Amino acid sequence: MAARIRKAGLPYLLLLPGLGWLAIFFAIPLGYMLFESLKQGTVDTGFVFNWEFSNYANAISAFSKQFVRSFEYAGLATLFALVIGYPLAYVIAFRGGRWRNALLLAVIVPFFVTYLIRTLSWETILSDTGLVSDTLRSIGIMADDGRLLDTTVSVVAGITYNFLPFMILPLYASLERIDPRMLEAGYDLYGRRRDVFLHITLPLSMPGVVAGTLLTFIPAAGDFINAELLGGPNQTMIGNVIQSRYLELADYPTAAALSFILMALMLAVVVIWARIAGTEALLGTERRER
Amino acid sequence: MEASTATAPTPTREARGGARERTAGRLLDAGLNGYAALALLYLLAPIAVILVFSFNDPRGRFNFIWQDFSLDAWTDPFGVPGIGDALGKSVEIAGLSTLAATCLGTITALALVRYEFRGRAPINFFIFIPLATPEVVLGAALLSMFLNFQVGPGFGTILIAHIMFNLSFVVVTVRSRLIGFDRSLEEAAQDLGATPWQTFRLVTLPLIMPGVVAAALLAFALSIDDFVITYFNAGSVVTFPIFIWGAARVAVPPEIYVIASMIFLFTLAVMLLTVWQQRRAERMAAVRPEPEAV
Repeated sequence: MAARIRKAGLPYLLLLPGLGWLAIFFAIPLGYMLFESLKQGTVDTGFVFNWEFSNYANAISAFSKQFVRSFEYAGLATLFALVIGYPLAYVIAFRGGRWRNALLLAVIVPFFVTYLIRTLSWETILSDTGLVSDTLRSIGIMADDGRLLDTTVSVVAGITYNFLPFMILPLYASLERIDPRMLEAGYDLYGRRRDVFLHITLPLSMPGVVAGTLLTFIPAAGDFINAELLGGPNQTMIGNVIQSRYLELADYPTAAALSFILMALMLAVVVIWARIAGTEALLGTERRER
Repeated sequence: MEASTATAPTPTREARGGARERTAGRLLDAGLNGYAALALLYLLAPIAVILVFSFNDPRGRFNFIWQDFSLDAWTDPFGVPGIGDALGKSVEIAGLSTLAATCLGTITALALVRYEFRGRAPINFFIFIPLATPEVVLGAALLSMFLNFQVGPGFGTILIAHIMFNLSFVVVTVRSRLIGFDRSLEEAAQDLGATPWQTFRLVTLPLIMPGVVAAALLAFALSIDDFVITYFNAGSVVTFPIFIWGAARVAVPPEIYVIASMIFLFTLAVMLLTVWQQRRAERMAAVRPEPEAV
């Protein structure tokens, strides 16, 4: 009897250190952030916990522009990543042949360079006297005093680039899993290429599309590095606001409230996606042993 | 005819369509390949720029305009004050946090996959949430707690943060390896009288090792690359990404691109070597005859 109880407790015992760490340094901090977000005061007078729910209303009304912009940029970047990434993943999965692994390596190569340096590289590429700007000016697409840096274009290009592999890898994984016989069956039934793609390939790759868009959208919406390095004051995203309120202005209540709103919005996105895709696909727990 | 249908579906398909569709199909193929090539170019261009501009001899504070070829930065990449210390600090944090997160995460993943117990689904969800949380929020929340306890941020708080965000990644990676794991091997070991610990050490661990190594590599890469969460909890400690962040506002010397190039080439070499060794091992396994036959 005692042995059975010990055995029943074993999984919990094994889970204790890992879950304990996450509880103490992930869950409880969220509680403290909630506490912080309901305080009142300034850094000089000190902060007092006062159930100050108006912090949330004020944060939303003051920074709704940045929220909308974050979602807009993240949405655009996700869309571009999908448009750029899907054909590439398709080609690697179905036409890669013996080059498949080399091509996949090329997809993750950007990760071998630090995120911030990748973004700096875009600053070099898009700089006012850089090759791209010069070319665009000389062929007359861009005005002589036109700029690429500090515009929506540069920020969205940077975000798209930085999270593109997160889009391509799940897409590839789901495309690669498709049984070629399914496609053959489609052709045998006189399906044209478009039919086979729309009725077989695309539906079967939907889990990859869902995972990829989520993996791109979430970090993109919270990002502040691209907006800081590649954008100007008109490209400020919600991440920039949270960062500066926390670390520069010491306006902790507002920053905490903004973080909560951002997290709630992200969880809402995840839940909506999960409804579409099913939780199992999202959590990666679909296949149980035996 | 049957065989050719099975091995090469394309000709059959094209044989069915008319000449017009065949040309259209070929055009589409070419277009698709070209498009994929452009996408690859987009992925690789910034890396090429980093490699090329590491040889630049910039006039101003920023390495934006190509001036002259120079080896100066390559001969003394750590000549910029503070850059070497920052890199060292990042490697140290990445090593320690990888070790801790991999151990904790592997045990957690084992418990989650091996045992039937109440509350497994919510626990799986709980482990997933940090992955779906924007980094700013993770960093800000942790800072809120440290502020409340009046803990000064520094090396210790960075380490705590890195173990925290790496944990979920390790659990997910190891778990995916554990699913589909053949339990009968462990049962066989126990039938042969192995203790649970012996079974774990001699059977389970070697079998899940590839997953554990993959998780550790991922954790190391994430840790050394992390800026956002670190920045919130760093205090006055300067890691490599924080150094770059500071530099990006003041001056970007080519040395930054040199170190990035060195890390890039090193990682690429390790990757290629691993792939090559795996191939060789597979080839050797394929040609080796059964030991009894010799």
